[in-house]
Amino acid sequence: MTKDKTLIVNAIENGTVLDHIPSEYLFKVVDILNLASTSNQITIGSNLVSKSFGSKGIIKIADRYFEDQEINCIALVAPNATINIIKDYQVIEKRKISIPEEVVAVAKCANPLCITNHQVISTRFKTIVDNDKIYLLCHYCEKTTKILNLQPLN
Amino acid sequence: MPKSLISIHDFSKEEILHILDIASEMEKNKSQKILDGKVVACLFFEPSTRTRLSFETAANRLGARVIGFSDVGNTSISKGESFKDTIKMVSNYVDMIIMRHPLEGAARYATEVCDLPIVNAGDGANQHPSQTLLDLYTIRQTQGSLQNMTINMVGDLKYGRTVHSLLQAMSHFEPKFIFTAPYELQLPSEYQTFLTEKGIEYTETQSLTEYLDVCDILYMTRVQQERFNDPMEYEKVKDVYRLNAKMLTNVRKNMKILHPLPRINEIALDVDDTPYAYYFKQAENGMYVRMAIIAYLLGYN
Ligand SMILES: [Zn+2]
Repeated sequence: MTKDKTLIVNAIENGTVLDHIPSEYLFKVVDILNLASTSNQITIGSNLVSKSFGSKGIIKIADRYFEDQEINCIALVAPNATINIIKDYQVIEKRKISIPEEVVAVAKCANPLCITNHQVISTRFKTIVDNDKIYLLCHYCEKTTKILNLQPLN
Repeated sequence: MPKSLISIHDFSKEEILHILDIASEMEKNKSQKILDGKVVACLFFEPSTRTRLSFETAANRLGARVIGFSDVGNTSISKGESFKDTIKMVSNYVDMIIMRHPLEGAARYATEVCDLPIVNAGDGANQHPSQTLLDLYTIRQTQGSLQNMTINMVGDLKYGRTVHSLLQAMSHFEPKFIFTAPYELQLPSEYQTFLTEKGIEYTETQSLTEYLDVCDILYMTRVQQERFNDPMEYEKVKDVYRLNAKMLTNVRKNMKILHPLPRINEIALDVDDTPYAYYFKQAENGMYVRMAIIAYLLGYN
């Protein structure tokens, strides 16, 4: 009997495949892209074996394409992720992502006294890369938030 | 968007010096009706009598009229009006908004919801740039220059926002720093990194007397009990960081003692009568600097 790998590698006709996401950040990526609230067909695979990567996650979203600005935000947790654009079951484009300079409306500020946590304000951060660690500097309260504290907006 | 003063980082070295120059003009001529006909709002979402009086007097001395509130007790804000709506409403009436708010980032946000110059008179523990400018003004006034000063900062260097803003602003002027603090209140590593990157020399000590005789400015701050996790630690250090006149026998002749006030017991009363005490004059300078800030942001050059 052949092992049933089809569920995982099941191809999508049109859409976006996000591959090589570290398993531990898979659901952060789901949050950052706010996938929980879309009605598109989504397949999420976690703890898959990757030759070069150890354990990886993969997300396939049917009939959805992302702006660079949206997709770049996943570089905050998954800088090595690959983005495959699928049309008619074919990868027509492989996109690289890069750490964005500004992160708008995808994270909450970790400072409980920040105005953005008390009024309806879209958050804005500058990204700071220091010794391979990425921090977010809040445009409002001027405090830094660690990437691990990234949480989706409500 | 008109120029606002939200954070000391919003001002270049040249702008800082320009504002200090306007402030010394103001000190020479304390009543100038250059803002006759202007209306300035002082919105204090959190009370701070000292800061509010200093700003209101500054506006009045320039001939502007002042409206506003000194706390939110009886206003529509206490009835749940959003901050944005308050700012929008007030911005229709006035030429400038001076505001203090307990939440960090509030003043920055205000610049995004209206088209007026905003002066941040304190946003929580974040910024209080007029304090920094008055500190700079006072240092320059006492030493004749801001260049190459040795500044000994004493007390709560961990949470003290005046200390953090001042060291960043002074970084334009090739200073040397001495940081005198109890172990629990030492300068956070991000500021140490900042100084190292800028190539600025600094020394740390836990002893108040160790570097007293080698500084030009002794910048004292409050050591507050609530900053300590362990009340015993506070009891141990509270008297150690108490400056008295006897300690000042061998200090540099040009040395001046600054303190953002109010003091608790960091400076004994006998220091007030020494030629080194300068904190009351520093508070007075706040008014000239605030006159300069208001005038500058309303187009006076
Ligand atoms: Zn913030």
